[in-house]
Amino acid sequence: MEAIKTAGLTKYYGKARGIQGVNLSVEQGEYFGFIGPNGAGKSTTIRLLTGLITPTSGSAQVLGRDVVRQKEEVLSDIGYLPSEAVFYSGMKVRDVLKLSADLRKKDCSAEAQRLCERLELDPSRKVDELSFGNRKKVAIVCAFQSSPSLLILDEPTSGLDPLMQRAFFELIREQNDRGTTVFLSSHILSEIQHNCTRAAVIREGEIIACDRVEVLGQSNAKRVAVRGTVNLDGLEGIRDLKREEQGVSFLYSGGMNLLLHRLSAGDILDLSVSDPDLEEIFLHFYEKGGEG
Amino acid sequence: MTIVKHELRQGKISFLVWTLAIAFLLAVCVVLFPEMKGEMDGVTKIFSSMGSFTAAFGMDRLNFGTLIGYYAIECGNVLGLGGAFYAALTGAGMLSKEQRDRTAEFLFTHPVKRVRIITEKLLAILIQITAMNLIIYITALVSIRMVGETIPWTEFNLLHLAYYLLQLELAGICFGISAFMKRGSAGAGMGLAALTYFLALIANIAKPASFLKYITPFSYCSGADIVSDRSLNTGLVAVGMALGAAGILAAYLNYSRKDL
Repeated sequence: MEAIKTAGLTKYYGKARGIQGVNLSVEQGEYFGFIGPNGAGKSTTIRLLTGLITPTSGSAQVLGRDVVRQKEEVLSDIGYLPSEAVFYSGMKVRDVLKLSADLRKKDCSAEAQRLCERLELDPSRKVDELSFGNRKKVAIVCAFQSSPSLLILDEPTSGLDPLMQRAFFELIREQNDRGTTVFLSSHILSEIQHNCTRAAVIREGEIIACDRVEVLGQSNAKRVAVRGTVNLDGLEGIRDLKREEQGVSFLYSGGMNLLLHRLSAGDILDLSVSDPDLEEIFLHFYEKGGEG
Repeated sequence: MTIVKHELRQGKISFLVWTLAIAFLLAVCVVLFPEMKGEMDGVTKIFSSMGSFTAAFGMDRLNFGTLIGYYAIECGNVLGLGGAFYAALTGAGMLSKEQRDRTAEFLFTHPVKRVRIITEKLLAILIQITAMNLIIYITALVSIRMVGETIPWTEFNLLHLAYYLLQLELAGICFGISAFMKRGSAGAGMGLAALTYFLALIANIAKPASFLKYITPFSYCSGADIVSDRSLNTGLVAVGMALGAAGILAAYLNYSRKDL
């Protein structure tokens, strides 16, 4: 049984496209990345999975349960971390955590205390007085304290400092090692590259690639950085050309002999040819019609 | 009952401010009665010569010199308007505030049925309005006893019951409005409360506009009618309760399926 399975999941807001024909399959225990630029449909997908909105067509199941017909059962299995952590004004952190636990009809006090200590979060403070990052920590504790089977994390690290980001990803890793499925939505590619085993890329509401992160990172293109002067005019297969002070840098997917021929005719002081990082590849996924 | 408790905590300050303000003003009105009682004969004469203004407030049929006549007009306005505004505000904000304050994502991603959330929120409104009316009722009773007046139980109870029903009706309608609006629902609720108050005045003044009494809850709260009939107009109350129920039904139908 998959942790998440969607079939032709589509959402339109009036005439505006949300997502269209999204087919996703996330196995239980997976650490799955969901990546795409702003407005691509990541949040719409998550809002459909958490029952905040209903699909225009298609279906979605979480742990074998339909997200529309069995919404409450689905939500009892999900720990959800929204991109923006907003709570009721005037409440203390401990009251928010208790409210969340009470709504789940669970006593999560021991786990909440452990998480607060781990994230250095003072439960006696009022949520209105907290910085954006600390409010995010409250949302993290809310999502994790009930030990859910599936964690849905929407842009989880925004507002967290690098040290706290590391602590947060350690926390997710521990949960994942215990069998919790993680669905991590982000536009920060390094987060996906360093943490997830598989990922789906969404662009303009449609899934354009879904595979293991290493496979997604494979590309015929090379990143070529040249210090010196070289004439590249008319050479096919060059993208993302950047002219630098002492040379040029570009992604190259053309014939290697042609490139070597041009380079040998130039005045080269230094040369490096490397695989492009995932970020560079995804940038091309993002561009309409781009290929990795 | 987690959401009921949560809503009661969230609405605590508003509840205390409105309840204490209305109870205090009502008590002041009652305490002033003995002092004004002697001058009331003159006041009644003045009011009776003010034409349609007198009719608007039902003062042509009430005797200001009696406690219940005075109470029905003075205190009725305090409790009528104050209670209506509080009920409208509470009802109008109850659902819309989740989207306005962006807390919907927190609340509605917990495993609680939407219908249950709506029901508990409705229950929180009912508890707050009932508690406010009980406190005000007791305050009024104590105040009347303090000034040594006899309590005309039937009229007194009917007046308070009428205003309680008015608040429930307005809260129900505004609860329905709340389900459809993200922002501005508080203004809409307050506007509705004020509008219905003035519609009742117009219905009292102008005969051609008397049909308005069927759409304003203030019509079945008319002190003059209640004191002279010693009963509530059940037809008007039934229309009012139906309007309140329609608001609640609309809230359930819309909000239980709404995209948040």
